Amino acid sequence: MVINDVINHTPENLSITEKTAKIDATGMYYKDLNSLLRSLDANGIENIEIHNVYGQRYIGTDLDNHINIDIYGTPGNDLGSFMKGTNITVHGNAQDGCGNTMDHGKIVVHGRAGDLVGHSMRGGKIFIRDDAGYRVGIHMKEYLGKRPSIVIGGTAQDFLGEYMAGGVLVVLGLNMKEKVHNARFVGTGMHGGTMYIRGDVRHLGEEVAVAELNDDDYNILGSLVDEFCSYYGLDAEKILQSKFNKIFPVSSRPYGNLYAY
Amino acid sequence: MKNLAKTNNPYSDEKVFDACSIFGMMNLKGERFSAKDPIRAMANMHDRGNGLGGGFAAYGIYPEYKDDYVFQIMFLDKEAKKKTARLISECFNIVNEEEMPTQEANVTDPPLMWRFFVQPKESKMENQSPDDFVMEKVTRINTETGKAFVFSSGKNMGVFKGVGFPEDVAEYFCLEEYEGYLWTGHGRFPTNTQGWWGGAHPFSMLDWTVVHNGEISSYGINKRYLEMFGYNCTMQTDTEVMAYAFDLLMRRQNLPIEIVSKILAPPLWSEIKTMTPENELALRALRQTYGSLLMNGPFTIIVAHESEMIGLTDRIKLRPLTAATKDDMLFLSSEEAAIRLVSPMLDKVWSPRGGEPVIGRLETPVAEATA
Repeated sequence: MVINDVINHTPENLSITEKTAKIDATGMYYKDLNSLLRSLDANGIENIEIHNVYGQRYIGTDLDNHINIDIYGTPGNDLGSFMKGTNITVHGNAQDGCGNTMDHGKIVVHGRAGDLVGHSMRGGKIFIRDDAGYRVGIHMKEYLGKRPSIVIGGTAQDFLGEYMAGGVLVVLGLNMKEKVHNARFVGTGMHGGTMYIRGDVRHLGEEVAVAELNDDDYNILGSLVDEFCSYYGLDAEKILQSKFNKIFPVSSRPYGNLYAY
Repeated sequence: MKNLAKTNNPYSDEKVFDACSIFGMMNLKGERFSAKDPIRAMANMHDRGNGLGGGFAAYGIYPEYKDDYVFQIMFLDKEAKKKTARLISECFNIVNEEEMPTQEANVTDPPLMWRFFVQPKESKMENQSPDDFVMEKVTRINTETGKAFVFSSGKNMGVFKGVGFPEDVAEYFCLEEYEGYLWTGHGRFPTNTQGWWGGAHPFSMLDWTVVHNGEISSYGINKRYLEMFGYNCTMQTDTEVMAYAFDLLMRRQNLPIEIVSKILAPPLWSEIKTMTPENELALRALRQTYGSLLMNGPFTIIVAHESEMIGLTDRIKLRPLTAATKDDMLFLSSEEAAIRLVSPMLDKVWSPRGGEPVIGRLETPVAEATA
């Protein structure tokens, strides 16, 4: 392993044992942190713990190997953006744009997330234990075998699934007192993909309809809820007993012919 | 900025996407604390701004002059100072005046800065309240010479702002030497107007201050409406209308923030239609009466005055805001990390809904909005 570069880079912040690296990110500039992660990734490190994270942006961006990153603290905006295979676990809350344009890999947040979770995501999975902010899954898309999914354990705010073009979005509402998600404009502009919502939704966009789940839906939902519960020590069976609503677009590619005819 | 040449960046993606940063921190018991934490929090969001504006508002910082209005004024030339000082001494009894204490710091072209602790001369007030009298004189100073601008004009508070990153502006004004119970901060990434000392945030009138992330595309309409009430926009930045709108609606018209937020960021018509008949009527009346004060465009603001700190976003939340509480402290911030840096353990953290204010009031517990 050629890790001399890495060690010279920030010796006081880094300790490496075999294939595991520990970084103290106190006061570390985000570009330096992400450069360090790229070097560690390129040098065969498989597990990285980052401690004292306070808002460093883009953590995990561009990483394309199947490494594990554990983040302690509050990672900054666009966590895991453009990520291509890494597993990120956040021991804390995520800010805005978590998983922005993520391609492959996984983000598991043991806390809440801000706005724009999974913005333009095109592959991989995101799990948020608690609530998420506005515009979860905006512009999410799928193509052939690539199908991104997001599971929110709590509730999500307005414009959930806005302009969604593909993928699966699950909202479990586990912490809600009432059974109605307070979100407005859910699925506005949605023209692809599926949402599964546990409980009812206050206000839907004009481009979507609600249906009961069929067996295929339950297969997809079941495996996502199982995985969700495995991270947070929850009972999937109990959660799946509740009523879910499927929200789907009533038209697909509504402007597909706009420039063609 | 760090030396980018030193970093291993094979992607040459040096372009950084920016946005303004805003932060607010209030002790609901009115206990004062130093500027250190608000400065650290703002410095943590350094990259959101670009050094073309930074500033802070602080409340409770002049207890020895707590009954006097404090005019913190920038002068672009000495002539303007002379003229303004003459106006002030004609209309006010000057309790004290001094050059603002400053030190060397990484700021750009600081103007001459002066503060006056004053009391309105009763003989000069014509059936006006002292606040209205001060507002009129502040507007006059700001328009008269084109070279004198009042940064702040409230009691026991002050605005400190300029061209530089917030942490540098704080150093310039020796802010760490001040103690207040409520601080707001701003790091600027100018969008439509130039970076100059008067254009930095916070904007203020009397003790009302506003820091803002976003753009107010209704600026022209708002500005003309406010002119009818004696406000003149002179700072060349859209946010100025916010400060005057709060002074008009909350101080002069005595409306509570719950109503004011429905004027600035009214629910959409489609929402109004689904309300109870009474609420629908009330919301229609507000939109009809105050249509010209609707703030169009994306925004998050933190508004403060003597006893309140308020966070508000546009109705569809196009700019970020995180709120948090810890014991007697209320925090509002563009990013949660900035809050965590100064208070790693928090009682509650949440994302406020668009158009619904988060309100910190002295001696009042904070109500957490439902998700």
